[in-house]
Amino acid sequence: MDIMSDTQNDPLDNDYKWGFETEVETEEFPKGISEEIVRKISAKAGDPEWMLDFRLKSYKSWLEMEHPTWQHVKFPKIDFQDIYFHSRPKSKDPKYQSMDEVDPEIVKTFNRLGIPLEEQKRLAGVAVDAVFDSVSVGTTHQDELKKHGVIFCSITEAIKDHPELVKKYLASVVPVKDNYYSALNCAVFSDGSFVYIPKGVTCPMDLSTYFRINAKETGQFERTLIIAEEGSFVNYLEGCTAPMRDENQLHAAVVELVALDDAEIKYSTVQNWYAGDENGVGGIYNFVTKRGHCLGKRSKISWTQVEAGSAITWKYPSCYLIGDDSTGNFYSVALTNHKMQADTGSKMIHIGKNTRSTIISKGISADQSENSYRGLVKINPSATGARNYSQCDSMLIGDESSANTFPYIDVKNSTATLEHEASTCKISADQIFYLQSRGLDSEQAISVILNGFCREVFKTLPLEFSVEAVKLLEMKLENSVG
Amino acid sequence: MSLLEIKDLHATVDGNKILNGINLTVNRGEIHAIMGPNGSGKSTLAKVISGHPDYHVESGEVLYEINGKPSKILELEPSERAREGIFLGFQYPVEIPGVTNSTFLKEAFNSICKHQGAEELDAFDFNELIGQKCKGLNMDPSFIHRPVNEGFSGGEKKKNEILQMSILNPILSLLDETDSGLDIDALKIVAKGVNDLKSKYNATILVTHYQRLLDYIVPDFVHVLYQGKIIKTGGKELALELEKRGYDWVIGEKVQ
Repeated sequence: MDIMSDTQNDPLDNDYKWGFETEVETEEFPKGISEEIVRKISAKAGDPEWMLDFRLKSYKSWLEMEHPTWQHVKFPKIDFQDIYFHSRPKSKDPKYQSMDEVDPEIVKTFNRLGIPLEEQKRLAGVAVDAVFDSVSVGTTHQDELKKHGVIFCSITEAIKDHPELVKKYLASVVPVKDNYYSALNCAVFSDGSFVYIPKGVTCPMDLSTYFRINAKETGQFERTLIIAEEGSFVNYLEGCTAPMRDENQLHAAVVELVALDDAEIKYSTVQNWYAGDENGVGGIYNFVTKRGHCLGKRSKISWTQVEAGSAITWKYPSCYLIGDDSTGNFYSVALTNHKMQADTGSKMIHIGKNTRSTIISKGISADQSENSYRGLVKINPSATGARNYSQCDSMLIGDESSANTFPYIDVKNSTATLEHEASTCKISADQIFYLQSRGLDSEQAISVILNGFCREVFKTLPLEFSVEAVKLLEMKLENSVG
Repeated sequence: MSLLEIKDLHATVDGNKILNGINLTVNRGEIHAIMGPNGSGKSTLAKVISGHPDYHVESGEVLYEINGKPSKILELEPSERAREGIFLGFQYPVEIPGVTNSTFLKEAFNSICKHQGAEELDAFDFNELIGQKCKGLNMDPSFIHRPVNEGFSGGEKKKNEILQMSILNPILSLLDETDSGLDIDALKIVAKGVNDLKSKYNATILVTHYQRLLDYIVPDFVHVLYQGKIIKTGGKELALELEKRGYDWVIGEKVQ
């Protein structure tokens, strides 16, 4: 998926070329949150009764919860009565019957973002679910996937068409009351993707969801659920962008993955939400709970994230290694510049025997940004023979940025083996000069240094994605190194 | 026409005046040795020629032959100078974690080829070239797949500089104390690299502290640098004399 394709050339918008806004008639619910809003969201989605109950209970739980304070990021208290919880392009309800019904402006928007949705222009080899504000506007290649028994649709459709699967797994990985934002998400979530890979099936193409926030003052509450049955395999990619606005907007997602015996899920993110301007005005608050259950024996979940956008990134894609011999991986590159803040990392919870996990985190901070790694490795008493390898490297660019590492380790089984490595370095003028003296210009030099620093993470991304990721990082850092 | 002509060059670093009027002419086919006590400005001279951003030229000119014409190179970026065939062997080579020698060198090599209108090499041909060069210098080819200078010993770093020089095939090589801290075997590799490269088309400037390197590389000229000026120039025998009598002898002569 080419999230970087430069289909426009707006001279005013050099720094963040995805920052344009689409003129589209929308239907917004009144600002703020209340039981009535939750009911309205539910009605609009066409929820069955059990789903409405789930939302209402979640809403009650959320009301009783306190906003956390332990995070190493700073932002003013969010006024939940001052944001729109739901915004959808006006159109036939509840869902477009075919791509022809989608507002041409929206189709154009995704074209500009490099995600063609029309039948004849679709990306080969990648099925895309396109989410615009609160709704999925279309999912490509569904027929082809159906032939293999793969279900790939919006979560709203899945609630209607596959209630047994949704009931079984929704909130089974991230419980409603897991945290403040997960409870909120459970109450008001709108679209995100649903994926089901049947037993023994290797998904015939990569699956991908592209999230676009367009409407003003609107929160996006993505909900994604991926289930990989015994012996199945899926490669899932997600991308995200938003217009440039001087207000902060909330993206509070919950993503749940379930891998059964011998199944494998690879989940890759290139996150490029609008990050605010150089003075820290505007940008997305990316407060996300992502977690996978390696339920089955020998199951495997890998998270790869390239976090290059958002005013604040606050997330810990995690794995619960429940099945014996299961494996969890977390590979991350988090880049902050200007006044961006990131508090991100992973949790690996070892429960089954001989479970293995790897955490490789690369933080790059430039300008006046703050970049923290926070991670937990927990070995339960049952996890005999568990092994973890963690490596957290930070790179500082300039003298005003900062990097922090908060590693937590909790071992309750003496047979476990844990290794932890951490390092901090600076891109130095000497490194750049050294490369220049060999004939590389300054852009090539930065690219070579970044590639080297992030190599272990980039090599886990699908090839096109890793090329995009490198370009994205280079572009963000163009003015920060010099 | 000379390959390099330096005229009355004055330069500072961090506000300190280091070069106080350097005049030096280097022709193709020549090897020049620049010697002198600590702090005399030897390394500064090499860095100014290659364009290190920390060094500021106050006055003077550096002319270098580009396309048959003497060209002012002080305005050029370091990478542009490199693409015109200037190579700096570092006194303290820099580590680039995670980047393999081969990745970085292929990109550098092809950037230079592209600029000079020569054909770029694909990975296969480039690896073959590297293999040949390693063999020629008696170096272990596994060197090339290690990250640039990361975890290298002092000697390995210096050998890596020579390997890079031999692959990039520069017109003007500036070797900044490449010999310091080397054992005799590594010293021979450095000397072999310089001697193999020597032709009537290119030139080398060796910045060195000791006469030892000059047992293996025979310079055409030896210059003594003191307080940012060349105070004496001679042939290879000058180095031997310096070894015997020390720098004070030249400095004293100069003062009188």
